Amino acid sequence: MEILTLLGDGFATSLSPVNLMIVLLGVTAGLFIGAMPGLGSVNGVAIVLPLTFIVPPSSAIILLAAIYYGAMYGGAISSVLLGIPGASTAVATTFDGRPMAQQGKAGLALIAAAVASFVGGTISVILFTVFAVPLADLALAFGPAEEFALVLLAFTTFVGLGGDDVLKTIIMICLGLVLSSVGLDLISGQPRLIFFDQPGFYSGISFLVLAIGVYGVGEVLFTIETSHKRQQVTPARLSLRELVEGMKAMARLWKTMSVGSFLGFFVGMLPAAGATPASLMAYGIAKSTSKHPETFGKGNIEGVAAPETANNAASTGSLLPMLTLGIPGSPTTALLLGGMVMWGLVPGPMLFIEQPDFVWGLISSLYTANFAAVVINIALIPLFVWALRMPFTVLCTLVLVLCIVGGYAPSQKMHDVWLILGFGVVGYLLRKADYPLAPLVLALVLGPLMEKSFRQTLIAEQGNMFAFVERPLSGLFLAIAAFFFVLPLVNALRHRLANRKLAPDGLPPSGGAA
Amino acid sequence: MLAADRIIAIAIIAMSLYFMTHAATLPIGWSGETGGPGAGAFPFWLSLVMALSALGILARSFMKEPTHGRFFHDRAVRPVVAVTLALFCAIALMPLVGAYVALVLFMLWYLRIFGGHGWVLTSILTIATPVFLFFFFEVTLKILLPKGWTEPFFIPLYSKFF
Repeated sequence: MEILTLLGDGFATSLSPVNLMIVLLGVTAGLFIGAMPGLGSVNGVAIVLPLTFIVPPSSAIILLAAIYYGAMYGGAISSVLLGIPGASTAVATTFDGRPMAQQGKAGLALIAAAVASFVGGTISVILFTVFAVPLADLALAFGPAEEFALVLLAFTTFVGLGGDDVLKTIIMICLGLVLSSVGLDLISGQPRLIFFDQPGFYSGISFLVLAIGVYGVGEVLFTIETSHKRQQVTPARLSLRELVEGMKAMARLWKTMSVGSFLGFFVGMLPAAGATPASLMAYGIAKSTSKHPETFGKGNIEGVAAPETANNAASTGSLLPMLTLGIPGSPTTALLLGGMVMWGLVPGPMLFIEQPDFVWGLISSLYTANFAAVVINIALIPLFVWALRMPFTVLCTLVLVLCIVGGYAPSQKMHDVWLILGFGVVGYLLRKADYPLAPLVLALVLGPLMEKSFRQTLIAEQGNMFAFVERPLSGLFLAIAAFFFVLPLVNALRHRLANRKLAPDGLPPSGGAA
Repeated sequence: MLAADRIIAIAIIAMSLYFMTHAATLPIGWSGETGGPGAGAFPFWLSLVMALSALGILARSFMKEPTHGRFFHDRAVRPVVAVTLALFCAIALMPLVGAYVALVLFMLWYLRIFGGHGWVLTSILTIATPVFLFFFFEVTLKILLPKGWTEPFFIPLYSKFF
């Protein structure tokens, strides 16, 4: 019952007129950002974050969470109408959403996506509310050793579950951690890695600079390269009859949607997994448990419902470890975490005790945002159809200008703007070469915590390296981390053995090293 | 594709070595005073891991059969280079002629020349954007954008809005 009281207090914050307006604004902006091909929640949050100084932190986080939420809804719009996912999280939605649109059922597909997103969002927000307090209580017992082990665990999930090239993943994690150590050393105060004696490096490399560079400039460059063709927008008509029909069809899919929600929530909590794999998994499960799996990929409404519930549930799921443990569950939440640090808050379990208004305001705003998103989404469908006709060049210009000004504003140094351009170009090249960018951003955000907790532990234990293993919780985390770390190796070996059995004439195993 | 993979791997190795020389100016081993690793240890050893991983990618690329995919396609990469150069010029101009001139020039180039849009759309956007930026950043947030030579023109505006 205590949770309900806290949640009630939260609603008092989030339902204040200002915050309600912020939710509506954020959700609408998020819907547009998500609907634009090439821009997803992470890009939206990166570009808008520097503008959040205008409101107090509790409103700023509500704005960003609403954008995050809206973008998850919006991703489906371009998946259905253009056939290209608005964000990687909506890839699975194209499988059946696009065929539905081609059969003239674009309106129905959009309704299905919106309703499924709402169900996924609602179930996961309830799960979030239930799990938040116990998890934060558990996290209160964490010392520096546990913090270090947990951060390490977060990184090893990228190696074990990320699905990207292992060596490239390791490089990106290390690069992010090294970049996070630029500036003054936390413990001795000595200046470190002051490249080319540039004074700008004394204050370190802000996560915002990296995020705007990689997810703003880099993303635009990538979009420019990949989308030189104009896309055909499928018109979507929406009648009241279709709305009713859509609701009826969705009601029959409650089983698919509940599976998608639970799956999405728990997969979303893992830093390396998140919304994209969750939606693909939900699609796979829906297809394999369906009585008519052959209709999937040809415009089955269930194939839209499953991934859309999962990706919305995953976005809420990824907020849980960020808020309770201080370990973000996705690149977008890593930016939210960085934003909280920027606003002067300390993420982690103490937040529940010291800033209950902030925490419960955010949690209750998720309920509001979820409700607002489904209503605005369905109401504004004609507007999205129109907006998707907007030429890329207009969008890219505005995004680039916002990147430059938004990158300059927080610290007011041209040094940061140059770094943004540099990170943008390098991020674009690395992405082309299949280097994963999410671990880089996460590492830069978590780097200071990781180094501090590591060195604090060793100082407290007089340099005893075994301190990390001797404490039960941190030992457990490290054991799981070790498991994730060797997982690709085990998989590669198994793959090779299986290949040898299949191909005794010594054909080289395909796929290379993991 | 393979050549690009190798060039990037070599670049990462070079960058790691550069990081390591920087980190090595600080204690990278066990520091006796504090009972923990020294200030340079964290960046030094991580850079080493980075260099070794990149070396692994380099070595692996020689064992793989060459693939035929190309990293850059001439037609697709030309606009990327153009936009990057335009951004570079705009940022370089910002401290000299001010954000308002540099960004407007950038938008003019992007919309009119690069994007081929009509004058109506171009002028609406190039006028509305700086006005929005001025009221959002300077008036509301009190964050002054660089003005360069155009500073004197803003003094009447400052006296009106501050």
